[in-house]
Amino acid sequence: MFDIFRTRLRQGHRTSSFPQGGAELPERYRGLPALVRNGQASPPSAVPPITTGADGSPLLDVGACLFSPEEAGSSPAGTVSFSGDYRMATSTRTSLLTSTGEIELATALAGQSRRLFGRSLRLRSVVAGSCGGCEAELVALGNVVFDLSRFGVQFVASPRHADGLVITGTVNRNMGAALERTYEATLAPRLVIAVGACALAGGPFRGSHQAGDGVPDSIPVDLWVPGCPPHPLTLLDGILRLLGRLPTSANRRSAGQATAIADTEAG
Amino acid sequence: MIRFDALAMRNRRAVPLGDIPDGSIDDFSQTVVDSVAAGWRVAAMFGAPAGNEHTHLIAIVADDHAGRLGAVTTLVGARYPALTPHCPQVHAFEREIAEQCGVTPEGHPWLKPLRRHLPDHAPPGAASFVLDPNEYPFFRIDGEEVHEVAVGPVHAGIIEPGHFRFQAHGEEVLHLEIMLGYQHRGVERLLETAERTRAVLVAESIAGDTVIGHASAFCGAVEAVARSRKSPRAQTIRGITLELERLANHIGDLGALGGDIAFQPAAAYFGRMRGECLNMLMTVAGNRYGRGLVRPGGVNFDISAAMSAELRGRIERLRDELEPVATLMLGNGSVQARLEGVGVVTPEQCVELGFVGMVARASGVARDVRVDHPYGVYRFTHIPMATSSAGDVYARTLVRWHEVRRSLEFLLDQLTTIPRGEVRSPCEALRPSEIVVALEEGWRGEIAHVLLTDNDGMVRRHKVVDPSFHNWTALALAMPGNQISDFPLCNKSFNLSYAGHDL
Repeated sequence: MFDIFRTRLRQGHRTSSFPQGGAELPERYRGLPALVRNGQASPPSAVPPITTGADGSPLLDVGACLFSPEEAGSSPAGTVSFSGDYRMATSTRTSLLTSTGEIELATALAGQSRRLFGRSLRLRSVVAGSCGGCEAELVALGNVVFDLSRFGVQFVASPRHADGLVITGTVNRNMGAALERTYEATLAPRLVIAVGACALAGGPFRGSHQAGDGVPDSIPVDLWVPGCPPHPLTLLDGILRLLGRLPTSANRRSAGQATAIADTEAG
Repeated sequence: MIRFDALAMRNRRAVPLGDIPDGSIDDFSQTVVDSVAAGWRVAAMFGAPAGNEHTHLIAIVADDHAGRLGAVTTLVGARYPALTPHCPQVHAFEREIAEQCGVTPEGHPWLKPLRRHLPDHAPPGAASFVLDPNEYPFFRIDGEEVHEVAVGPVHAGIIEPGHFRFQAHGEEVLHLEIMLGYQHRGVERLLETAERTRAVLVAESIAGDTVIGHASAFCGAVEAVARSRKSPRAQTIRGITLELERLANHIGDLGALGGDIAFQPAAAYFGRMRGECLNMLMTVAGNRYGRGLVRPGGVNFDISAAMSAELRGRIERLRDELEPVATLMLGNGSVQARLEGVGVVTPEQCVELGFVGMVARASGVARDVRVDHPYGVYRFTHIPMATSSAGDVYARTLVRWHEVRRSLEFLLDQLTTIPRGEVRSPCEALRPSEIVVALEEGWRGEIAHVLLTDNDGMVRRHKVVDPSFHNWTALALAMPGNQISDFPLCNKSFNLSYAGHDL
């Protein structure tokens, strides 16, 4: 037993001070991408993930980004580069389509949702056709460094115990039904958080007959977290923004009104 | 019996496809059975469509003692006599062939869907399917006191999906059947059809905790057929990051095992230290799992002298922090009492069913690709194999700890002087009509990427075998006789990949 105390003293306090600092990432970290357009119309592409906006101009889809070095550099649409910014989670999927790299970060829940979930949130993880990487980062959120539970957020063992789902994976053929049933089993009011390039856009598997293109439209999502996999700080930043535990970012266009939960009407 | 000496096939040495002995199905079966009887091991067995109606069956066998490989092929139609009754270690491969190619292995004792999908490697003229993806008959034991417990696909923790069907009598497990396929994303077809830039991104995503392992095996196969020669510097950087990946996973597992028996100090400390390893991978590659680093021809990023020195310092500090925590956990009597004697896998099972990696080594079966079929930096630096003999949860825990120590020493050594060379060499077109087997000792065990090209130098077939493909059976065999409440602990002691199996 004394060994246990001795080791405890030696290990010390390692919890990150985040969100008060504690967000130093190494030089090679590939964060939020930026696009400098060259003013020409260009076809959609996969690497980098470029789609075409309503006005015909190219849009970088941060949600479909795999954050690989090959996505950076010159492309027909313009030049893509990665910043060191880990803040990327948004409240809507379309917020992740950008012509420059500026995105509207997630806004906080309001009203009843804020009262219900703001200080105590129970989440159920559903892995629906993934590689396992995003789950590993979700598990990392529970370690002593990130310590998700100090914010009142915990993962629980059943959708019946949960306030919301965290969905990872492409939502492939073999997990479609299980995801649907788990979503139905999570009683309203509920939140849904979609994590990783697979859940947002099918990830590296996009185009495979067996994989999906991410969370289907039948499941409304409250928080979209890009990454492959998203760094735990990206996840943490997104969750804290959603719960209103971070100030709304000063250097992004603000959405103005906070988002109301989709299912506050009868479930 | 066909001999393989003339073939001169080795790990990452491509040979002409036409050199592979090609005979009747009886020759094929006899060769495989005789090889296994002579101490060889089936590393892969799969089908590739040939023409409108036929399928080429290809078997890759490995002689770990002499570090050589063998291959044999045959052409079959809609059915062939199964090898499994004579060679149990191909049982899963034959189910896969039935599912992927629409070919029936007649007489297979356990012919059920594997990943539950329609054929995607069948010749155009084949039947729609042999195995109905929607029909999975579970083995059941009848009896008034027997009950059936079903777990998954959605599991209680943050974990990949899979289904476990127990037949239990009270607490005692009589039988465990594992049904996977929930993580099936169509990896092999993607690797076969996507252009190289995208294919390597798929290879990195086969199993998210084995990015370096699978990417290195994928690139090793491509480099062999493209005759691309990596510099010693690139090979060393790959070895360094592979060992960092091994460290991250082993340390994470030690913590998770501690957590599963409610030994919280170890769970907390090891969990943080796993993160230190991931952060070192991020320093090198810009991503905590090493994505973006390993590419055909070498690596995308260099490790400068300054970075080397920094990493060495971090690893020394990590080593100093790990030792007391490992002693605390592994030396604790109540920890030993929980881990010993649980989930035993015998050496006979390992040999008969072809288990690989840590699982085999923990049962005393000494198999390690870095030693048996050395490649890259492992041809110059030998890491002693870590084995244990009990084959229980404690043995698998101990093997992990020993491998952690050995990987730390390897890293400190390699980071002292990384050899010269360019980080990335050219990797051009694939030679036509060749076959190569790239084996890699991923942190779980042997990864195999088998690449076949056609007459135009296009990818004809890319077979991926994750170590979990062999080893999931070990978990099913280890559980009977144990308490059902020991399942999470047992499962964690194997920590197999659902995604790696399902592809």
